[in-house]
Amino acid sequence: MMEAQSYRVRVGLATCGIAAGADKTYDQLVPLLAEHGIVPERTGCLGMCFSEPLVEVITPTGDSYLYGGVTADKAAAIVEQHIVGGKPVEELLALASSAATENDHFMSKQHRVLLEHVGVIDPESIDSYLAFNGYKALIKAVNEMTQQEVIKEVQKSGLRGRGGAGFPTGMKWNFTYQAKGDKKYVVCNADEGDPGAFMDRSILEGNPHALIEGMTIAAYAVGADEGYIYVRAEYPLAIKRLRIAIKEANNHGYLGNKILGTNFNFNLKIKEGAGAFVCGEETALLASIEGLRGIPRPRPPFPATSGLWGKPTLLNNVETYANVPAIFRLGAAEYSKVGTESSKGTKVFALTGKIKKTGLAEVPMGITMREIIYDIGGGIQDDKEFKAVQIGGPSGGCLPAEQLDLSVDYDSLTAAGAMMGSGGLVVMDETTCMVDLAKFFLTFTQSESCGKCTPCREGTKRMLEILERITEGKGQPGDIETLEELGSAIRDSALCGLGQTAPNPVLSTLRYFRHEYEEHINEGKCRAGVCSNLISYFIIKDKCVGCTVCAKNCPVNAISGERKQPHEIDQSICIKCGVCYEKCKFDAIILK
Amino acid sequence: MKATHQCHAADPFDYAPVDEILERYQGQKGATIPVLQAIQEVYGYLPRQAMEYAAKQLRIPFSRIYGVATFYAQFHLTPRGENIIRVCQGTACHVRGAAKIVDALKEQLGIEVGETTEDLKFTLESVACIGACGLAPVIMINNDTFGRLTPEKIKEILKNY
Ligand SMILES: Cc1cc2nc3c(=O)[nH]c(=O)nc-3n(C[C@H](O)[C@H](O)[C@H](O)COP(=O)(O)O)c2cc1C
Ligand code: FES
Repeated sequence: MMEAQSYRVRVGLATCGIAAGADKTYDQLVPLLAEHGIVPERTGCLGMCFSEPLVEVITPTGDSYLYGGVTADKAAAIVEQHIVGGKPVEELLALASSAATENDHFMSKQHRVLLEHVGVIDPESIDSYLAFNGYKALIKAVNEMTQQEVIKEVQKSGLRGRGGAGFPTGMKWNFTYQAKGDKKYVVCNADEGDPGAFMDRSILEGNPHALIEGMTIAAYAVGADEGYIYVRAEYPLAIKRLRIAIKEANNHGYLGNKILGTNFNFNLKIKEGAGAFVCGEETALLASIEGLRGIPRPRPPFPATSGLWGKPTLLNNVETYANVPAIFRLGAAEYSKVGTESSKGTKVFALTGKIKKTGLAEVPMGITMREIIYDIGGGIQDDKEFKAVQIGGPSGGCLPAEQLDLSVDYDSLTAAGAMMGSGGLVVMDETTCMVDLAKFFLTFTQSESCGKCTPCREGTKRMLEILERITEGKGQPGDIETLEELGSAIRDSALCGLGQTAPNPVLSTLRYFRHEYEEHINEGKCRAGVCSNLISYFIIKDKCVGCTVCAKNCPVNAISGERKQPHEIDQSICIKCGVCYEKCKFDAIILK
Repeated sequence: MKATHQCHAADPFDYAPVDEILERYQGQKGATIPVLQAIQEVYGYLPRQAMEYAAKQLRIPFSRIYGVATFYAQFHLTPRGENIIRVCQGTACHVRGAAKIVDALKEQLGIEVGETTEDLKFTLESVACIGACGLAPVIMINNDTFGRLTPEKIKEILKNY
């Protein structure tokens, strides 16, 4: 009876929270709270990575106070001051239901459907999911609707695949439903290979039952009795929580044989990836589940007609499946009120790079890039100048400041030379060199190319050689044109999506930041100060006070000078590591 | 299947764990990768004897197992250190200074990426993304993730291993 009126405390324990020390905070809180008869609850990630570790205190009257940056040493203050003393700890407050904080925009501009309960429920407890209408959508679909009605509803919702290409989900379900076969599979792509993307991880770690419920509805609709979730091995916590969730769902009759007492069976298994980006591509992923090398094959036939072990297979992304329960809970008509004409619903984005508030944001389709970066993300770190945002990972593109008012939906992004991709947004400021960035992506795709088709295997290599040459200051006239020619040839001729999209980062930076390429080639200049062959460090004599810090820190002893006298850098020894530049407290070192 | 490893009487290699793993996955479709993952879990890498033995027991050509083992970044054919350090080279980490973190690790350990220290204590590897991009730059040591790193913090972290 006391419990209902007592305080509740939740700690965000997803990978990012734990990396920031949330597990230590949790351990600290357990004995402190035990004295007051409170057991701290475990939850997923609220998406405010910039403020981790996060601890939420819910008062007996239901007010919520979210504390940020709560490292273990600060746990006691929250217990003593707030829970015992009844006074919120102002200086740690990140968000509050009854008071204004600087993070209000981070949440108020979002529209949380998928993430509604991530960071609220305990991901290791099915009861916690059930308390928020969990599995109601499955019950409705299986008990009240025919297979075709379920597919119609998904079609009506306008849901498009969240794995990158944006293929209409209902249509894919219908193809798989209509495919002839005695055995069908439902597979989830949880490979999340795009660097800079972690929305799938947050769903897997924060609300795994939403994925399981979505997949089970899909299995009912297409007539599958077996399924796989292909998770990348770099996500040990996600795998652990999925295992628990699958077991609990089986025990409760939402998975396994005779689901909800009907004749519908669906058995779900986990397959761990083994570290290959190309396995995110659907045909490579299926080969990998079969125990083979993850090499793509030409399509058609599409997995819907011939997938896993040659059987009709439905394959969708984590976020796609996790949208399904919401469609049935809200109804397709209500669900599709959010978004644009051709892109319905919400999309989760991972905000990373040089942005103030890194984290996850779920926004309605059609929001502008400016709103995401400035209103939700709080703008650029250290109030530097925005240069570009990279969207869509190694297959995507870079958008410049002129495109900040672009509507964020599948079609506008593609038209602008980028793509939705998985939803990673990496923000860059003036200190990122766009040629170096293009080289970075191409190095990645080059090393991840499976080697099966020549355009991707050899073509990306040639492109990379040219980019290396340009960043080393050895660019030649005609290099830009060769890059464009190679890029469009690879795009048109590579076997799978990896090769076809590999030139995108180069082509999009050439489209919007061509001047940077030209400066590298024609003037031997890297304006961002990144390409070490093209920069030099100098000491401004008037500003140098002779503190000797630079000389002491120089790893190659290139700096000389007497104490209290201006110092000098020997350019023939300098390796351009930039340590002196960072250590100088008097801004006496400049980059040219 | 149990007693078959006795035919390796003169071979000091301990095949018992492989037998156990093969039994666990017996009859399962597409078990090659999970079997290799389990073998690596036991030995720390994929010893050639273990792969040859598994191929024989699974009745698949050795070349197929070897092909799979060399395709995926996760598999290692040589012994690795006691602690595996994986430094993220993903986009978010790259933009937030991952290069300096790699340099600090290389300097502290005296090895290059992909190498193991002489005392077999650490192996340094790179990874494309750990999924903690909001805390970039990030590294993972065994199963623990460390975020918001600076070169100075690396020294502190390594001390605990
Ligand atoms: C190289 C490459 C990597 C991919 N990586 C992923 C990935 O990590 N996750 C994902 O869901 N889809 C990925 N895809 C897209 C999948 O092939 C597939 O289109 C998608 O999973 C289908 O699901 P959806 O219709 O729900 O979007 C990748 C595609 C390519 C070409
Ligand atoms: S880019 Fe480093 S963790 Fe994602």
